[in-house]
Amino acid sequence: MLSTFLAILRRDLLLSWRGRADLLVTLAFFVVVVCLFPFGVGAEPNQLRAIAPGVLWVAALLASLLALHRLFAQDHADGTLEQLLLSSEPAVLWVLAKIAAFWLTTGLPLVIAAPALALLFDLEQSALPVLTLSLALGTPILALLGAVGAALTLGVRGGGMLLALLVLPLYVPVLIFGAGAVDAHLGGTGAKAQLLLLGGGLAGALALAPWACASALRIAME
Amino acid sequence: MTISTTTPGRAAVRPPQGWLRFAAPQQFYPLAGQLAPWFAALAALLAAAGLYIGFFVAPTDFQQGEVYRVIFIHVPAAWMSMFIYLIMAFWSAVGLVMNTRLSFIVSQALAPTGAMFCFVALWTGALWGKPTWGAYWVWDARLTSQLLLLFLYFGFIALTRAIEDPRRADRAGAVLALVGAVNVPIIYFSVQWWNTLHQGASVSIAKAPSMATIMLVGMLLMALAAWMYSIAVALWRVRALILERERHTEWVGAVLEAEAKAAGGVR
Amino acid sequence: MLQATDLACLKGDRLLFRGLALTLGPGEMLRVAGPNGVGKTSLLRLLTGLTQPEAGEVSWHGTALRRSREDFHRALLYLGHSAALNDLLTPLENLHFACAAAGDADVDEEACMQALVRIGLARQLDLPARVLSQGQRRRVGLARLFLSFHRPLWILDEPFTALDVDAVADLAATLSDHCAAGGTVVLTTHQEAPFARAPQVLNLGAYAC
Repeated sequence: MLSTFLAILRRDLLLSWRGRADLLVTLAFFVVVVCLFPFGVGAEPNQLRAIAPGVLWVAALLASLLALHRLFAQDHADGTLEQLLLSSEPAVLWVLAKIAAFWLTTGLPLVIAAPALALLFDLEQSALPVLTLSLALGTPILALLGAVGAALTLGVRGGGMLLALLVLPLYVPVLIFGAGAVDAHLGGTGAKAQLLLLGGGLAGALALAPWACASALRIAME
Repeated sequence: MTISTTTPGRAAVRPPQGWLRFAAPQQFYPLAGQLAPWFAALAALLAAAGLYIGFFVAPTDFQQGEVYRVIFIHVPAAWMSMFIYLIMAFWSAVGLVMNTRLSFIVSQALAPTGAMFCFVALWTGALWGKPTWGAYWVWDARLTSQLLLLFLYFGFIALTRAIEDPRRADRAGAVLALVGAVNVPIIYFSVQWWNTLHQGASVSIAKAPSMATIMLVGMLLMALAAWMYSIAVALWRVRALILERERHTEWVGAVLEAEAKAAGGVR
Repeated sequence: MLQATDLACLKGDRLLFRGLALTLGPGEMLRVAGPNGVGKTSLLRLLTGLTQPEAGEVSWHGTALRRSREDFHRALLYLGHSAALNDLLTPLENLHFACAAAGDADVDEEACMQALVRIGLARQLDLPARVLSQGQRRRVGLARLFLSFHRPLWILDEPFTALDVDAVADLAATLSDHCAAGGTVVLTTHQEAPFARAPQVLNLGAYAC
C-alpha cells in the first residue's frame, strides 16, 4: 500500500520536475500579484504594513487556485485516471498521493517565497515565522479542498471559472484564520488560537477531502 | 458462454408498493401536479395574514421606528435559505446512498428557491442597514455568512447546469451540496470570529429588541408562508425537470398529448 | 466467472442497448462486434465497473461488482482506447508506474524492461513517449499483458489498432495462450486476427434500441 503511494508521489514529482516551467509560472503569478497592491493602494509604509498579511494570503490563495486545473487534467486526457480508478488499491490512497505531490510542487514554493515578499511590505521580522507557519498549515487545506473542486469540474466546459466559483467560498475560513494569525501576532494577542484552528482544519480536511475527491473522480469518469 | 436477451423479463420486476412507489418519477409527476396548487394557495393565505399583521397590526418599535418591519420578510427569508440548503444536502445524501433519481431532481429543484430567499434576505438586510447603520452594507457576521451561502448556491446551480450528462450532473451536484453542508457551520463560525475581532455591529437585524407577541405571530406566519411557497415552487420545478429528463419515454409522450388536448378543449 | 444480467446502457439521454445478458467462464474469449456508435466501448466500461448500468447488474464469481470492487480489480486488466501514457515519461517509466498504480507493486523495473523488449520496443526504452509513433504507443500499453498473466480477466478495447501484421499475430497468440491457461478475454476489434480458436462473437447491433 505504501509502495503504491510512493510510486504515485514519485511519478508526479518527476512529472513536475520535467515540466518545471509550469511551476515557475505559479510562483511568478504569486510574486506579481503581491507587487501589484502597492500600486493600487499607495506606498505609504504604515498602510502597507497593515495590509501585508491579507495581501500575501489572498495572493497565495489565488496562485494555488490557478494551478488547480493541472491536478487531474493530464491524467484525465491520457487515460491514466481510468487505470487509477481500476487499481486494486483504495482510491483515497492515490488521491492523497496526488494531492501531496501537488502541494509539494505548488504550495510549498509559495510558503517559502512569502517571507521574502513580506519584506517588501516591511512586515515586522518577528511576524515572519507566524506567516510561514500559517501558510504551511493553510495551503495544504487549500490543496485538499481545491482537489474536490477540480475533480467535480473535470472536463466540464468553462471549468476554470466554475472551479473558482465552487472553491473560493470554501476557502474563506482558511483565509480568515491564516491572515488572522499574523494579525493577531502583530496585535499582541498571540497567534496560537488561529494556528491551532488551522491545524484542526488540516486534520479534518485530510480525513474528509480525499474521500470526497475520490467519489467525485469516480463520478467524473462515468 | 451464454448470451441472451431478456427483454420480456423486464416486466417481471414488481414496482414498489405503498408510498415508496412515488419515488418513481412517473408516479410522482401527477402527485406533484395535484399537491402544488394547494401549497401555493396556503402560501398566499399565510403571506396575506402575515403581511397584514406585520404592517398594520404590529406596533411601531420605539427604538427602530417603522424600519424594523422589514424583519417580517428578512428573517423568514434568511431562515428559509438556510433550511433549504440543509434539505438539499439531505436529498443529495439520500440520492447518493439509495441511488434514487427523484432525490437528485428534488435537490436541484430547491436550489433556485434557496438562492432567491438568500438574495431577498441580503437585499432586505441592506435596506434595513441604511437607516440603522448608516450604510447599505457592513461586514456584519450574519450578512457575510448569508453572502457566502449565496455563493454556495450559485456554485451548485452553475455546476449542475454546466455538466451535460444528467447522471453525472446529479451526482457531482450532490457531492458538492454535501461538501458545502459540512462547510457551512465552519464558514459561519469563522466569519463570527473574524467579525468580533474587527468590528462589532451593536444592533443585529434578527434581534429586534422587546419582541411583542404579535410581532412573533406575524413572523411565524410569514415563515410558514415561505415554507409553503418553497414546497409549491419546488413541486412545479420537479415536474418540469421530470418531463425534461424523461422526454424520450412513452409515458411523457402520453402525458404531453393529454395536456395538449385539455388545453385545446378549454380554448 | 464474469456474468451480466439484463444489462441496459444509457449514454447522455440515449438508451444504447438493453436486455443484454452474458456469462463468460475460464478459457473463453468473447469478441464484441457491431457498427460504430452501437456502444461497444460503453459495454466494456460497464463490464469493468467504471460506469454503472442503467438497469441490470454485472457480477464476478457471483458477487455484484459494487460489493467486490477490490477483488474484482485485482483480477482485471483493462486497456482502453487511450494508452494511458504520459508524454514526459519514457516507456519504461510509464509501464513501471502503470503496474505500481494498478497494485502490482512487486513488478520491478527489470520485468518491465523484458516486457518492452518482448513487444519490440528495445530501442525506445529511454525515449520520451511523445516521440513514439501511434503503433509504438499502443505497444507500450500492450506490454502490460506480459506482466498481467496473474490477472484472469482481460478486457481490451481495440487492441489491434495501429499494429503491423506481425504484431497482430503475436498479440493474437498471446491472447489465445491466456485463454488456454484458463484466462478470460473480452475484446472489440474491427480486423480479423489469427486466433488459435475462433472467439465467440457478440453482435451488439442486435440489442440496440
